[in-house]
Amino acid sequence: MLRRRAAALLHRRPGLRLGLLLSAPMVWLVVAYLGALAALFLSAFWSTDVFTGDLVHEFTLRNFEDVFTDPVYLTIALRSVGVAVLVTVLCLVIGFPMAFAMAKVVAPRWRPVLLIGVLMPLWAAYLVKAYAWRVMLAQGGVVDWALSPLGLEGPGYGLTATVIVLTYLWLPYMILPIYTGLERLPESLLDASGDLGAKAWTTFRRVVLPMTFPSVVAGTLFTFSLSLGDYITVKIVGGKSQLIGNVVYDNIGAANNLPFAAAVATLPVVVMLGYILAVRRTGALEEM
Amino acid sequence: MNLSATSRTVLRVCLAAGFVFLYVPLALVLLNSFNADRAFGWPPSGLTAKWWATAADNAGAREAVLTSLKAGLGATAIALVLGTMIAFAVQRYSFFGRDAVSLLVVLPIALPGIVTGIALSNAFHLVLQPLGIGLGLFTVIVGHATFCVVTVYNNVLARLRRQGTLVEEASADLGADTFQTFRHVTFPLLRPALLAGGLLAFALSFDEIIVTTFTAGPGVTTLPIWIFNNLFRPNQAPVINVVAAVLVVLSIVPVHLAQRLSGEKTPKGH
Repeated sequence: MLRRRAAALLHRRPGLRLGLLLSAPMVWLVVAYLGALAALFLSAFWSTDVFTGDLVHEFTLRNFEDVFTDPVYLTIALRSVGVAVLVTVLCLVIGFPMAFAMAKVVAPRWRPVLLIGVLMPLWAAYLVKAYAWRVMLAQGGVVDWALSPLGLEGPGYGLTATVIVLTYLWLPYMILPIYTGLERLPESLLDASGDLGAKAWTTFRRVVLPMTFPSVVAGTLFTFSLSLGDYITVKIVGGKSQLIGNVVYDNIGAANNLPFAAAVATLPVVVMLGYILAVRRTGALEEM
Repeated sequence: MNLSATSRTVLRVCLAAGFVFLYVPLALVLLNSFNADRAFGWPPSGLTAKWWATAADNAGAREAVLTSLKAGLGATAIALVLGTMIAFAVQRYSFFGRDAVSLLVVLPIALPGIVTGIALSNAFHLVLQPLGIGLGLFTVIVGHATFCVVTVYNNVLARLRRQGTLVEEASADLGADTFQTFRHVTFPLLRPALLAGGLLAFALSFDEIIVTTFTAGPGVTTLPIWIFNNLFRPNQAPVINVVAAVLVVLSIVPVHLAQRLSGEKTPKGH
């Protein structure tokens, strides 16, 4: 009886239904998540007591001054953005032709198999893959061994290794949305373009690219964001190099300086938010 | 698209080369788990199965797997509930701030993990510790659930878009109330999407290390944390390699399951 009445009430009041649907998720995402982010950025304007390590709740811009005037941090910030851009470009250069071949060149019956082939490395653990590269890039490891007949040496541990490994790790995140986008693109549209006299390159530029642009952007959001915040791969194969994630991590852990870490962390957030807002209208977020 | 034979061949070669790039490291992990050389010198001096025996005896690794399973299941359960609720709200209603809501769901995964990690860790210290709740498995689950919501949300949203509201209207016309319609009509239709989304959420949680590092208490060691802690200890290298090999082999299972359960040709989300 009670259930019937509750059902009737919900049926009559769509506003109530919506309110109930949104209540728990909004408490979680707005209060817990956005609240936590807000608290973090608030703490970027605080400082820590040099002697006790306790937080000093007084407004100061010192942390941001330090971040933006110290050439060390500027270099690390630029390097991180550079690595993220480079990884994204490499993923795109390797991933787009792969996605295109999967969706439009190979016989359709092969597509599910190839799709599983791209998905599987995604499910093998992140650390497993980074570790595999650590072993491969070691001195006298597989990479050195494979390059030695050409008279070359592997890059060893360092920034180059970091870029290679991050590209490897995030490549499936680029292929999958692009493949999905290309698969949705009707074959007839491409034929029509050809019938109207467009050469393959023209069809690609004027039809394929505009229609799969949101998918491409979705892929770059993954690769860019994942690279920008990474500090684990750097620790595993990066040798002595540091990225912005390492600075944040070190200031939280060893240095116990949350306000400074928070100030450093604003940089990737501002970059990512700017990117997200810039591409929001393309519909890329729904392709993620 | 009238591609020339040459460009078709070039694209096929790109695809094959890409797959070689993706699979060589994984194959080497498998091969190295049998490499008799402790430091994995290349080429292998001989093959042995003794590392597998050593790894099977490792209590730390077993314990870590169990912790990861608990965290993954907890986070997935929360993500399933929250993700489905938001997907219904966004797909079935139009309201002020709907775009902001869908953006908010994506945010935890679009922002770098380290930001989410320190933000949550800081908030837990500020809010939970005065209440007597320290960092532990609970905080790990909360952290993971936050970025897992998006995978369920994307799957359910895509499903709702495709199926429309006709069957539900038919159910109501036949006299079913809101709850009956959900239980007998809507939920069964959503099940594949929930399974696919849940599986992805579980995988994300199982593999997560950055957010976990900041939200786990001292006694809580998930598998990625355990691997990372042992990564730089030369003695542990063979054990790590076997665990890695097991994870590579096991990764076939969820992919296969997702593929069969979802009944969709392409996965959505992460």
